[in-house]
Amino acid sequence: MLELVNIDMAFGGVKALDHMSFKISDGSITGIIGPNGAGKTTIFNVITGVYSPTAGKIFLNGRDITPLKAYQINRLGIARTFQNLRLFTRSSVLENVMTAAQNHYINSYRENFLGSIQPAVKPDPKINYGFFDALLHLGRWRNSERTLKLNSLELLARVGLADRADQAAGTLPYGMQRRLEIARALALSPEILLLDEPAAGMNPEEVFELNNLITGIHKDFKLTILVIEHHMDLIMNICPHVICLNFGEKIAEGSGSEIQNNPEVLAAYLGTGEEEI
Amino acid sequence: MKRNIFLIIIGIALAFWPLGGYQEGIIILTCINCIAAMGVSILTGFTGIFTLGHAAYMALGAYTTAILTVRYGVHYIPAIIAGGFMAVLIAWLIGIPTLKLTGDYYAIASIGLGEAIRLIIENWQSLTRGSRGFPGIDPYTTRFTAVIIFIMLAIFTFNMLESNIGRELKASRDDIIAASLLGFNTPRTRMKALLISAFYCGISGALLGGYMSFIQPSMFDMMKSTELTAIVVFGGLGSMSGTILGSAAITLIMEYFRDISQYRMLIYGVLLVVIMVFRPEGLMGSRELWDFLKFGGKKNNA
Repeated sequence: MLELVNIDMAFGGVKALDHMSFKISDGSITGIIGPNGAGKTTIFNVITGVYSPTAGKIFLNGRDITPLKAYQINRLGIARTFQNLRLFTRSSVLENVMTAAQNHYINSYRENFLGSIQPAVKPDPKINYGFFDALLHLGRWRNSERTLKLNSLELLARVGLADRADQAAGTLPYGMQRRLEIARALALSPEILLLDEPAAGMNPEEVFELNNLITGIHKDFKLTILVIEHHMDLIMNICPHVICLNFGEKIAEGSGSEIQNNPEVLAAYLGTGEEEI
Repeated sequence: MKRNIFLIIIGIALAFWPLGGYQEGIIILTCINCIAAMGVSILTGFTGIFTLGHAAYMALGAYTTAILTVRYGVHYIPAIIAGGFMAVLIAWLIGIPTLKLTGDYYAIASIGLGEAIRLIIENWQSLTRGSRGFPGIDPYTTRFTAVIIFIMLAIFTFNMLESNIGRELKASRDDIIAASLLGFNTPRTRMKALLISAFYCGISGALLGGYMSFIQPSMFDMMKSTELTAIVVFGGLGSMSGTILGSAAITLIMEYFRDISQYRMLIYGVLLVVIMVFRPEGLMGSRELWDFLKFGGKKNNA
C-alpha cells in the first residue's frame, strides 16, 4: 500500500502540492485528474524520488520511503512512465527494455545496498553475471543475456512492439513510444506502476488499445496502477477510484460518477458562475 | 564473437607483418594512442561526461611504471598494470567530489585537475626528477607488447559495451533522470566510467613511457588531453570503432607528415574542421563498423 501523508512541495514561492494526502490500496487502479498545473506530475516526481518533498512523508507498505533516492525507491518496486517521453532514443527498442530488465535482475542481485530493505521481487538467478563475465563474454554472460533478451522480447510482444525490436527507439511513431515506455517500466517487475498521461497524443483507436493494455497488464502482472490522464473516457473506463486535484490540493476523491457530479470538480474544470464576468 | 576473431586477426597482422623499424614505431604509437582514446571514449562517448584532463592519467601511469621498473626493478608487466591501477586510484579520489558536476562544469573542472596532477608531478622532484624528465626507462614496449595489450583491451571494451555495464553507461548518457528511475545508481555509474577510462589511460601512459624510454611532464599537458577528446568527437561520440579508426587516422597523419614539422598541425586542424562541418556526429556517428556492414548503414539513424 502506498500512502502519502501531508505532502508539501514548494518550488521557491510556488506551492505545487499543498498538504496532499491519499492512500492507494494494493491491486487498485487509481486515476489522477485535474487541470493543467494542478500538480499531478509533481505527485509522481515526489513518489519516485525525483523531488524530495518540502514536508510530509510517503509510506510504501508501512515503510517510510521519503528519504530514499530515486533509484532506491525504484528498486522497492515503483516504476513509472513519463509525460514527455524519456526513452533512450539512440538505442534500439529491445535495448531500451533490456536496460531496464537487466537492472532489475542483475544489479539488484549484486548490490544489496539497502541492507534490511529487500528488493520487491526476487531476482532471477538465471540472469546474473559480473564485470569479468562481461569483459570476457563467458558462458554465464551468454546464458544471462539470452534469457534477458527473451524476457524483453516477451514484454515487447505484450505491448505489440515485437516486430520493431531492432529499430532505434527514437524513430518509432509517438503512440508506440508510449507503449515502449510501458514495456520498459514493466521490465522492472514493479508492484506499483505510475503512468503519466499514457494516452497523450494518441488517436481514439490507440486509446482504445491502450485501455485494453492497461487493464490487461493490471491483471497479468498483479499491479497497482496510478494513472494521470486527460482522456476522461479512459479514466472512467479503467479507474474505479479517481482523485481530482486543483492548484496542488486534493479537491475530490471517489468513484468516477461521484467525481463527475462533484460541484468542486466541475468548478475546477469549467469555472464557477461568479468568476465569469 | 565474429568481431573478436576479426580483432584478433587484425592484431596478428599488426604484430607479425614484416615492416621496417620506422613503421613499427608508428604501429606502437598508434596502439598507445588508441588505448588512451578508447578510455576517453568510454567516458565521453558512452557516458556523456566531457573531459579535458585525461592526459594526467596517462602521466600517472607512465610515472608509476617508470619508477617501479627503474628504481625498484619490478618486471614491466606488473608495473604496467600497477600504472593502470594508480590512475584508477587517483581517479577515484578525484571522482568523489567532482562527478556531481555535469556537462560543461565537469569539463572545466577536469582541465584544472589535469593540470594540477601534471604540476604535482613536475614539482615532486625527489620522486619524478621534475621537468628534467625521467630517463633510462627500459624500452619494454615492443611492437608485440603494444599490439597484444591494445587488442586485448579492445576486445574487453567491445565486450563490455555489449553487456549490462555498456547499457548502464549509455542509459545515463542519454537520459540521466530516466536512468535513475530505472534503478541505476547514476553517480556510481559515472564513477565506474571514470575509473575504467582512467585505467585505459594509465596503461596507455605506461606503454608510452616504455616506448620513448624517457618521459617528462610536458608530454602530458593540456594539448594531449584536448587531442584525446578531439579524437573521440572526430571518430563519433558513442562509436568505439569510430574512436579507434579516428585515433589511428590522426596518429598516422601526424607521423607521416612529420617532414613538414609544424605545418602538420594545419592538416590536423583542417581535418577536424572538415569532419565537423560535413559530419557533425563524427566519422561514425553512434554506429559501429559492423552496423554498416550488416544493415548498409540504415540502422540507428535517429
